[in-house]
Amino acid sequence: MKKRSIVLRKIVNGVVTGVAGAAAVAGIGMLLWILGVVVQRGITAIDWEFFTRLPAPPGELGGGVSNAIAGTFIITLVATLMGVPIGILAGTYVAEFGRETRLATAIRFCANTLMGAPSIVIGVFVYTLIVIPMGRFSGLAGSVALATIMLPIVARTTEDMLRLVPNSLRESALALGAPEHNMIVQVVFRAARSGMLTGIILAVARVSGETAPLLFTTLNSPYWSLALDKPMANLTVTIFNYAMSPYADWQAKAWGASLLITAAVLIMNLAARALARERRLTS
Amino acid sequence: MTEGLVQRPKISVRHLNFYYGSQQALKDNNLDIAEKAVTAIIGPSGCGKSTHIRCYNRIYEMYKGQTATGEILLDGKNILDPSVDLIQLRMRVGMIFQRPTPFPMSIFDNVAYGLRLKAKLSRSELEARVEKALRDAALWDEVADKLYEPGTHLSGGQQQRLCIARAIAVEPEVILMDEPASAIDPVGTAKIEDLIFALKSDYTIVIVTHNMQQAARVSDYTAFFYNGEVVEFGRTTDIFTRPQKKQTEDYITGRFG
Repeated sequence: MKKRSIVLRKIVNGVVTGVAGAAAVAGIGMLLWILGVVVQRGITAIDWEFFTRLPAPPGELGGGVSNAIAGTFIITLVATLMGVPIGILAGTYVAEFGRETRLATAIRFCANTLMGAPSIVIGVFVYTLIVIPMGRFSGLAGSVALATIMLPIVARTTEDMLRLVPNSLRESALALGAPEHNMIVQVVFRAARSGMLTGIILAVARVSGETAPLLFTTLNSPYWSLALDKPMANLTVTIFNYAMSPYADWQAKAWGASLLITAAVLIMNLAARALARERRLTS
Repeated sequence: MTEGLVQRPKISVRHLNFYYGSQQALKDNNLDIAEKAVTAIIGPSGCGKSTHIRCYNRIYEMYKGQTATGEILLDGKNILDPSVDLIQLRMRVGMIFQRPTPFPMSIFDNVAYGLRLKAKLSRSELEARVEKALRDAALWDEVADKLYEPGTHLSGGQQQRLCIARAIAVEPEVILMDEPASAIDPVGTAKIEDLIFALKSDYTIVIVTHNMQQAARVSDYTAFFYNGEVVEFGRTTDIFTRPQKKQTEDYITGRFG
């Protein structure tokens, strides 16, 4: 057996550690760079008018994106109201009732596939499904597209969290004479609550930055409109339009809107992490 | 020897077979469980003790591929009959598990869980029933001032007594205990054994245990299981002082298992 030099091993160790460390720094650095630029360029665009005023006509200074903030909020809220209940019920079916049956396996496979589907494809799908029959773009179509993106995320996290609940808890509830639905809602959901909430928050955070599906469904609007059956202003398409425009003031507004969305997503992720930590402490 | 030992049994098991898929785990079990007495089931790991009592409330039906054949007569009525309502059966036959399983809710709500399933009670009735169950489970003095704290914050032994309170709150006729003290420290174990002794005036208790001293201390009757069969059944004093079968004697003297 040939003895390998200890010096050589130390050199290899040092090189590998260095490369891995550099890769980590590059990854985190990229995130910090993006955050830094967004904050630096965006903060100057954000003032009171940014939140309260409607967009100014092209070329004029001032104005705000109040309609887009309200629109994004409404579109995401309606999407959550549609996507979360269906996702939770689907995940519950797979974890509690279907388990290893063929139907449950098929649903799980479909959810995984849908989770990997490009969001632009979902946008085009909802365009043909809702926008064409309705004859116009609408906030509702955007919500349906976002709900379709949320659905598999919520279903899979629900299933995973329910599977973490030990069977001994289910047996204890059933042994007291609980009907299955009561056992699931009162005991199993409660045990999995913070994990399920984490999944929902991450799903909302994921869709609140989506642009492509909204381009095909909700489009955008320069006006104040809260009607779900009409085109609705929203932040991501506003960023897309303003950033491509030739007006410096609009470009600045695009940075401001970027900062707003980035901050919202960051806050949602922090909330999800806090919930996950609470779960570890209580169980 | 076994026949006629128990006068008017609460539960009579006749020709019980149990299968995990195609694998047979219980073979032609016959056993009588005396009313308002403690029956201990002992035997080495994997001999079918837990599987046997999991038939009494049909909790095994939660899992696919687990089947039982034969008869288990509760007050003369076969509970393995498919027409038996599982919810009603499980309200009559409660169960305590190996590891404490407090629900993720307050101590009060844990005990009230079964009560709320059973009947619509007023708040004051509910409070009275919860207090009585906690007193009967010898836990009241330790939790009276923290009823609304999570059940999971109690110690292991307290959690197990909470589970016993939860089970007796719905006033079952039979309580099944699947190694209730195996995950509990000696002090907690002693409290649970005292509790079993106190409860047997009101309930029919079947306890599965690894611990032969425990079986000798708490039970009136003992069944020795081996390889899925009931090898010997008798009064606890007889089983431990003059066992009839060599396998029983070898097991209780510690020669195997």
